[in-house]
Amino acid sequence: MSTPLTPVLTRFWDDPKSWTMATYERHDGYKALKKALTMPPADLVRLAKDSGIRGRGGAGFPTGMKWGFLPAPDGGPRYLVVNADESEPGTCKDIPLMMAAPQLLIEGTAITSFAIGCHHAFIYLRSEVVHVHRRLLHAVEEAYAAGYLGKNILGSGFDLDVTVHAGAGAYICGEETALLDSLEGRRGQPRLKPPFPAVAGLYARPTVVNNVESIASIPAILLHGAEWFAEMGTKKSTGFGIFSLSGHVARPGQYEAPLGITLRELLEMAGGMRDPNKKLKFWTPGGSSTPMFTDQHLDVPLDFESVVAAGSMLGTRALQIFDETVSVVRAVSRWTDFYAHESCGKCTPCREGTFWLKQIMTRFEYGQGRQDDIDKLLDICDNIAGRAFCPLGDGATSCITSAVQYFREEFEAGMHTPAAELFPPAACTLFAKETVSA
Amino acid sequence: MTNTDGDPYSGDVLAGLRADAAQIVARYPRERSALLPLLHLVQSVDGYVSSRGIELCAELLGLTGAEVRGVATFYTQFKRHPNGKYTLGVCTNTLCAIMGGDEIWASVSDYLGIGHDETTADGLVTLERIECNAACDYAPVVMANGEFFDNQTPESTKALVDDLRSDAQVTPTRGPSRVCSFKQVSRVLAGFADGLANEGVGAGPASLVGLKVAKTQNNGNGKATE
Repeated sequence: MSTPLTPVLTRFWDDPKSWTMATYERHDGYKALKKALTMPPADLVRLAKDSGIRGRGGAGFPTGMKWGFLPAPDGGPRYLVVNADESEPGTCKDIPLMMAAPQLLIEGTAITSFAIGCHHAFIYLRSEVVHVHRRLLHAVEEAYAAGYLGKNILGSGFDLDVTVHAGAGAYICGEETALLDSLEGRRGQPRLKPPFPAVAGLYARPTVVNNVESIASIPAILLHGAEWFAEMGTKKSTGFGIFSLSGHVARPGQYEAPLGITLRELLEMAGGMRDPNKKLKFWTPGGSSTPMFTDQHLDVPLDFESVVAAGSMLGTRALQIFDETVSVVRAVSRWTDFYAHESCGKCTPCREGTFWLKQIMTRFEYGQGRQDDIDKLLDICDNIAGRAFCPLGDGATSCITSAVQYFREEFEAGMHTPAAELFPPAACTLFAKETVSA
Repeated sequence: MTNTDGDPYSGDVLAGLRADAAQIVARYPRERSALLPLLHLVQSVDGYVSSRGIELCAELLGLTGAEVRGVATFYTQFKRHPNGKYTLGVCTNTLCAIMGGDEIWASVSDYLGIGHDETTADGLVTLERIECNAACDYAPVVMANGEFFDNQTPESTKALVDDLRSDAQVTPTRGPSRVCSFKQVSRVLAGFADGLANEGVGAGPASLVGLKVAKTQNNGNGKATE
């Protein structure tokens, strides 16, 4: 018996003009905000806690608890900052959500702001996808016009302004404190914690930073109740989440399902492997920063605890699927290039370490790995993980250590044979049939 | 950096920049937060982060030129030399690279005779290797000035390049009816709507596959879908 999908956030994405206020209001839009404005804010925080929802941006920290960490109001400003800087390789859920249904995010932003006593919220959006920026600007404009943002919202006396802010192409700004520095007009480099943003965030004021999908889930939780949400998923990983399948599957795309679903179930819904004659080789459960899995892990429930128990992390539910035509060394080498490129340079282990990792991975990719390079890789990883300023450094090591764990022989082969010879790149492309027959 | 740097903004342009900048600064509780959108605004006029643009940002926000430059050089989207009218970005992060992004990159780079962060002699196309743009379910992905071109091949990308270079109207897979210029999209990123939000699809096919499956599963089991 397979786990049924649970389209909540995605439920009206197929509606023509799904992004407009008119469509959203036809699908219960802003009913939750109306309800929220009649409730004591503390009850909203309790509701988020009771639902058990955990952050959908990768770290999985309980959302309601994050809200509850804000100190008591002191009369000064408090901020909500929505992290819409989706850039973790493989992650592709927030961008389509904001393209198809930006009002979900705006309503969630209004409810969350009311819950935490915020009167000016920011949506920090990566700048690379312009149409999503247009859709968000438009959604905010429509929400002001409808009286869901601005002064005295729906006669409640509650005021809220929302500013959509474009980043400028830096992966590190997905880390919440780097994001805050960037939003303050600085280089996006992470801050030392503590103090946490709840205490000293934007402009050193109490701040909640939440992921797009977390915030977009709030209206449904409020409308249907914490119990409804907690009934889905597992005991400690409640609710639904968008699972993003990409790579060598027949039907890549977005599948909204209860946490705890397995890749085997998702793959079946996605029509199996793209070429049914080729076996699953490796996959990431939650983006490139989560240790890779193999075909041994098809039945691991994709919830926070089970994935950790199996040696990885749920991350952003970015399931990148690679079949047996793919060189794991080539894949990891490219991810390593990415981390070296995106390291912000603030701390030595990450800045220097990713630079060294890149050189060694490049040697393996070109069949020029040296005798002690595997040990050297692992040693460098050991000196980065847990010693870097922020999780980027840890993330850079995950793909390497897990790849060596499961596919050590490919690294050994990389001491004499280039990856492109062992696994011809033409065989794994989307247009492989054209190129192979040509 | 280039000779345009030496020329101050003309009176009209400067007045327009100052008026736009005032609107941007007004969006934030503290003015320095306006720096990133102001740099996008500078790019919407100069096509890159010019020295005169840096000096203007510094003056507007009470910063030094060095402070502004220090921020601008941190971010890859802030260009240090004049950008082409169109930026063509080929995703060569792992997933897209493996699905064909590497082949696309090689063929387009060869076709145009330029490499990463280089611009064709006619000033029309700047080529970039880009990192993951959150469209992995449409791999391999190519971006033109921030618009999605999904499921590309070397041939389709070369055709796209031809269209961009002939300045023909080019329609992205998921986006508005046309690819706007680098300067035009920079203005959107500075927070000024261009009226194109209602064009294009809400969701592409891959974004809807799960919903489709759910609808077939839904008989007798509609808990979450109401």
